[in-house]
Amino acid sequence: MWTYVFRRVLAMIPTVFVVITVCYLLLHATPGGPFDSERKVSAVVLANLNAKYHLDLPLWQQYLYYLNSLLHGDLGASFRYEDWSVNELVAKALPVSAAIGGGSILISLVLGVFLGTIAALRQNSVVDYLVMGISNAGTAFPSFVIGPVLILVFAIWLKVAPAGGWDAFSPRYMVLPMSLLTFINVASIGRVMRGSLIEVLHSNFIRTARAKGLPMRVIILRHALKPALLPVVSLTGPLAISSITAAVVTESVFSIPGLGKLILNGAGNRDYTLVLGLVVLVTVITVVFNLLVDLTYALLDPKIRY
Amino acid sequence: MSFNNKRDDLVASLDHTLDAAITGRSPWLDARARFLRNKAAVFSVVLLCLIALACIVGPWVLPHAFDSADWDAMSLPPTFKNWHLLGTDESGRDLLVRSLIGGRISLMVGLLATMTSVTLGIVWGATAGFIGGRVDSFMMRIVDMMYAVPYLLIAILMVTILGRAFYLVVITITVFSWMDMARVVRGQTLSLRSKEFVEAARAIGVPTRRIIFQHIVPNLLGVVVIYATVTIPNVILTESVLSFLGLGIQEPMTSWGVLIHDGTAVMEISPWMLLFPALFLSLTLYCFNYTGDGLRDALDPKDR
Repeated sequence: MWTYVFRRVLAMIPTVFVVITVCYLLLHATPGGPFDSERKVSAVVLANLNAKYHLDLPLWQQYLYYLNSLLHGDLGASFRYEDWSVNELVAKALPVSAAIGGGSILISLVLGVFLGTIAALRQNSVVDYLVMGISNAGTAFPSFVIGPVLILVFAIWLKVAPAGGWDAFSPRYMVLPMSLLTFINVASIGRVMRGSLIEVLHSNFIRTARAKGLPMRVIILRHALKPALLPVVSLTGPLAISSITAAVVTESVFSIPGLGKLILNGAGNRDYTLVLGLVVLVTVITVVFNLLVDLTYALLDPKIRY
Repeated sequence: MSFNNKRDDLVASLDHTLDAAITGRSPWLDARARFLRNKAAVFSVVLLCLIALACIVGPWVLPHAFDSADWDAMSLPPTFKNWHLLGTDESGRDLLVRSLIGGRISLMVGLLATMTSVTLGIVWGATAGFIGGRVDSFMMRIVDMMYAVPYLLIAILMVTILGRAFYLVVITITVFSWMDMARVVRGQTLSLRSKEFVEAARAIGVPTRRIIFQHIVPNLLGVVVIYATVTIPNVILTESVLSFLGLGIQEPMTSWGVLIHDGTAVMEISPWMLLFPALFLSLTLYCFNYTGDGLRDALDPKDR
């Protein structure tokens, strides 16, 4: 097991490294420097600024500087938000994204597994149609359609929640964005859970358990649920990642100051270090998350050998 | 003499009855029959054709241009008057024509990016599968890497850097949508190479080129068609997301994503501005998904 973990951790490094390098080179291929502006800046000031941020050095030296500071956990200074380092901006945005994305993924897991299980056990019942309806709607209506509709109905017509914005983790502002994320996550978790449980219930060991005369409750809870959860586990990884780190659409629809909004602003402002820092950060989180999911999977599935 | 004649007749008639009784049914005919039995899939294809046709022909037929403002008809709800069938936006541009023009762009991006990513995926996967060994594992490592990166963020970074021209959006989308195809084609190539029927063909001396085109390609083609159909809606969706975020297609050109974005800004006073473009997009995505499912059921004989 530990050698497997070790091997997987080692395999992460080239991925992160390649992403950092490619993005770094891409960003430096852009025309225009960070200090180009309408306002004329005197040549001396410009030279000083460039020197401060090592912009006067050749590219490979800048790159090494950047790697070095990354290794020290420093994502650099923001080029656009003056007086802010990227670390500080991230420190403000990450908890917001984590609260909304993390919260919604937990709710969706419980809800999705629950609804999917009932749908699988009672096929063609009301719950089954509900699950299939949600999952169909989730595939056909993208989040940037559902989000505005939620705002229209609940914020503008019914006036039960604010249309967007953020106020120090006040639940009022979290309800709609979390509902949107939860809806989309439940759409896929519910369908996968339903499908995999149906498949498991048709397998031989369940027939054996039934033949032994075990009550249905025991069969489902003790025998069927665990193998049926495996596909859900592997689905949870990408869902959690996209809910927490890449909820760009949700955060932009509801104007939430999370990571997604930050990267959008950074992209709009040509804020080199901010965008690069965010991509690096999110890549690391993503890779670590994938690792965790794979390890969970390995623990749950006795068929997997390391 | 007459005996011979009789025999020939007999052979001819037998030949004929045999012909009538056992007409050859290629896997493709089989697949077509299965697909046609799937009502939802057939309906989806018809609807898709209608949407595509409307997008192509509509803007020529309708009496409005997609970018001409009509100051006498601003923010009109859907009406038959003056043929603003889906209403107009806040500068009086006809929503139906804009939706159809936007549909042209969205569908075109969808088809183009799918074509490029399918081609890339096939070449990548087939090369890896054919060569095998170190090259294979290196190429597949790259695919794994592409899966592990947060693609939406990097796509945002790419369009920000490269620019938002039409073909750049297509390239950006391609970069992140070819991996499924590569994996599937590689797996397929690997398993086909060692299949009995390929071995049998080789044993009776079928030339390699004919093995590839008669035995391997048709088997690959099914999977390719299925994955291409599944790729199209995803690609259209990615384009819409980028456009919705203001990073894709730019004004005055438009796409469904742009229209939905514009619609959210004015949905309070004119909800149809959000409703109709969203309907176009969702309907298209839905139909592509059903078509893909139908094709998979029809073309994949193992999966029944």
